[in-house]
Amino acid sequence: MDIFFQTWPWYVSGFLIGLIMLTLIYFGKHFGMSSNLESLCSMSGLGKKISYFDFDWKANQWNLIVVLGAILGGFVAANLMSDPTNVSINPKTIEQLAILGIDAPNGKLAPDVLFGNSIFESPKSILILIIGGVLIGFGTRYAGGCTSGHAISGLSNLQLPSLKAVIGFFIGGLLMAHLILPLIF
Amino acid sequence: MKFIKYLLVGFIFGIVLTKSEAVSWYRIYEMFQFQSFHMYGIISVAIATGIIGIQLIKKNNIKAIDGSTIMIKDKEKGSARYIIGGIFFGLGWGLVGSCPGPIFILLGAGVFPVVLVLIGALIGTILYGILKDKLPH
Repeated sequence: MDIFFQTWPWYVSGFLIGLIMLTLIYFGKHFGMSSNLESLCSMSGLGKKISYFDFDWKANQWNLIVVLGAILGGFVAANLMSDPTNVSINPKTIEQLAILGIDAPNGKLAPDVLFGNSIFESPKSILILIIGGVLIGFGTRYAGGCTSGHAISGLSNLQLPSLKAVIGFFIGGLLMAHLILPLIF
Repeated sequence: MKFIKYLLVGFIFGIVLTKSEAVSWYRIYEMFQFQSFHMYGIISVAIATGIIGIQLIKKNNIKAIDGSTIMIKDKEKGSARYIIGGIFFGLGWGLVGSCPGPIFILLGAGVFPVVLVLIGALIGTILYGILKDKLPH
């Protein structure tokens, strides 16, 4: 039973993610999380002002239900299936983070300096999270997909545009992790 | 009732992404530092499973749950939007360590400050909606 509470191995997790994508295809749908962002915008009536959001979001209602399920899954996994050994990252990574002043995981999913509840008093952390979000929202809509839509679904279907997008994801991510993050922290 | 199956798929997705720690800022940082195989393993096995599954669906002409033919749309041709848009997303992914799925999953996991990332992501989506016709695609 311990295995259930510890970090799930990559080969089990990857296989299950692949099956999730295939299940959605079998349901006649597709695996893509970022399109929910535009459904939410359309749902809030933005289509009246910005034509991009003028579409029938109800056709994508199923995907919002997937999101609802994912939120519930996150709740159950974090509250009922966790263990202090979780997030045992490379000790070298922890040392590197300490130099930047970023706290070690110790079972947490995210560092307190960015995601702790006290960050609401830190304008810098608030700004980082919002800017990060803007980059994610703008970038995934511009590229037409994110990790699920391009990296998993697109590459599984051998799509060249998805490979280009994934190369872009890594250019951006590497730039951030190696050059920009050390300047911010 | 027809929505239950989507709720269940999402539920499993949320559990798998949390238990594999793909939702963790630390795992994404570690990945971009090339200090662990974990994330690369997850993504590679997911793609390998997907490639085999999609080939099986195509070869055996497997029908969808409602009996209709399974159509997997090809992505539109192009380069600029994928590379430039991809870089923007990558910058955000590297900074706050969550892609769109995990933004929602972390909300459920009780990492409430991620709500700021969600607000940002909605602002970013709106920005794209406004600027779309002026951007190279």
